[in-house]
Amino acid sequence: MSENVPNDLLYTEDHEWVRQEGNLVTVGITQFAVDQLGDVTQVDLPNEGEVLKPHEVLGSVESVKAVSDVYAPVSGKVVKVNSPLQDSPEYVNEEPYDGGWMAQIELTNPDELKGLMDAAAYEEFLKEHEG
Amino acid sequence: MNAASATPPRTTPLCQAHRRLGAKMIDFGGWLMPVNYPSGILEEHKATRTAVGVFDVCHMGEVHFRGTRAAEAVQRLVTNQVGKLYDGRAMYTVACNPKGGIVDDLIVYRVGPEHFLIVVNAANIAKDYQHFVEQVGAKCEIRNASDETGLISFQGPKAQACLAPLTRAPLATLKPFHFLPDVEVAGRPVWLARTGYTGEDGFEIFCGAPDAEHLWQAMLDACVSVGGKPVGLGARDTLRLEARLSLYGNDLTDETTPLEAGLDWVVKFDAGDFIGREALLRQRDAGLQRKLAGFVMLGRGIARHGYPIHDPSTGAKVGEVTSGTVGPTVGKNIGLGYVPAPLARAGARLLIDCRGKPTEAEVVEGPFYRR
Repeated sequence: MSENVPNDLLYTEDHEWVRQEGNLVTVGITQFAVDQLGDVTQVDLPNEGEVLKPHEVLGSVESVKAVSDVYAPVSGKVVKVNSPLQDSPEYVNEEPYDGGWMAQIELTNPDELKGLMDAAAYEEFLKEHEG
Repeated sequence: MNAASATPPRTTPLCQAHRRLGAKMIDFGGWLMPVNYPSGILEEHKATRTAVGVFDVCHMGEVHFRGTRAAEAVQRLVTNQVGKLYDGRAMYTVACNPKGGIVDDLIVYRVGPEHFLIVVNAANIAKDYQHFVEQVGAKCEIRNASDETGLISFQGPKAQACLAPLTRAPLATLKPFHFLPDVEVAGRPVWLARTGYTGEDGFEIFCGAPDAEHLWQAMLDACVSVGGKPVGLGARDTLRLEARLSLYGNDLTDETTPLEAGLDWVVKFDAGDFIGREALLRQRDAGLQRKLAGFVMLGRGIARHGYPIHDPSTGAKVGEVTSGTVGPTVGKNIGLGYVPAPLARAGARLLIDCRGKPTEAEVVEGPFYRR
């Protein structure tokens, strides 16, 4: 498999990606997760204003063959969600790191980002865990 | 994957061909099979509905019954009427246990008056063969030819047009559920049946296992220009469920009867003294407590195997989803599940518990998709 793991992002063991921009992080699911799921047909997003802790369910991504929860990688308040995904879930397949983003979270504790993997660590994680 | 725990899955003669095509392979009932190719389930589904899909179904089992009492033996095993078959005619049926539960769903092919072929589900080959031998092994020769037999399915509205250049067999006059033994496709000896599991017109081609890869490639080449594609198990499931064809292990089990499953059209009580007949007669006379209902989701949500079904008027759990998916062609999320008979009527409402979200669904009769 040719992994697609951008260098400027952080990653979780549940295959979410995180892009930091100041006090805000944007969250989506990785190319690996997308490849596992196949054609995404439904995306459930959190409500704007919702406050989440790490590992709480942020939403879910459902493909033809499976459903997978997406977890909050950090604690914070959901300030924006990618509502077009409701009607166009295929963006998750087509551009997981761009149009397929799911939610933007205002960081409660920026130190939590240190617990996430960088691109090199995530690639290593994929090699170890997913063969 | 924890590879150490179980025996490795079995492979079909087309395993390397799938890998070369970039298929995603999964263990399905003990078989390493393609779930989808790089174009994805939705594209494969669409290709089958609009052009042709080519399916590796070599994992399915082929059991031959031969001898002067072969017809009698097969009739003892199956609920449909074997006596109505003639040479070159096939039929869908089930085999039951003495309680009327379904041992497997099958297609019986009459090759000759003393030769029948039964095609069984891959996961049930060992169980079925044992059942067949135990029950009727004294009546005729029963041979499990699954390992040496390949099977490729060629399904879709353009199947006949695409297959025609590969064979001199009279495709245009071959009717549904009929077959031609001893013809050639792409220069190899095959049995050619007009059967399938997608709700489309199409063919299933039995071959010697060593010829499977040659035929697979020839069939792919024959349909590529019209947009035909190899199709994996993922789209096989969406296609069969849209056509409301049952899947053994999900919709049909040892614990469900053909009457409950809506397969009463393959139960011919006058056919003979088949196994399960008495139990099914009793169930018919007593009335069915539960039935397999087809439903479309009204709310947002995809029903999945095992999700609880509730009665909206009482809130009580009344059943479980046995199959559920996106219906790419019908544009709705669809499913099947056993519910109390009054809730299985068209128009009845159900609540499907989609991972904690109660989601409304409406019962519909008949196939979700008709070509």
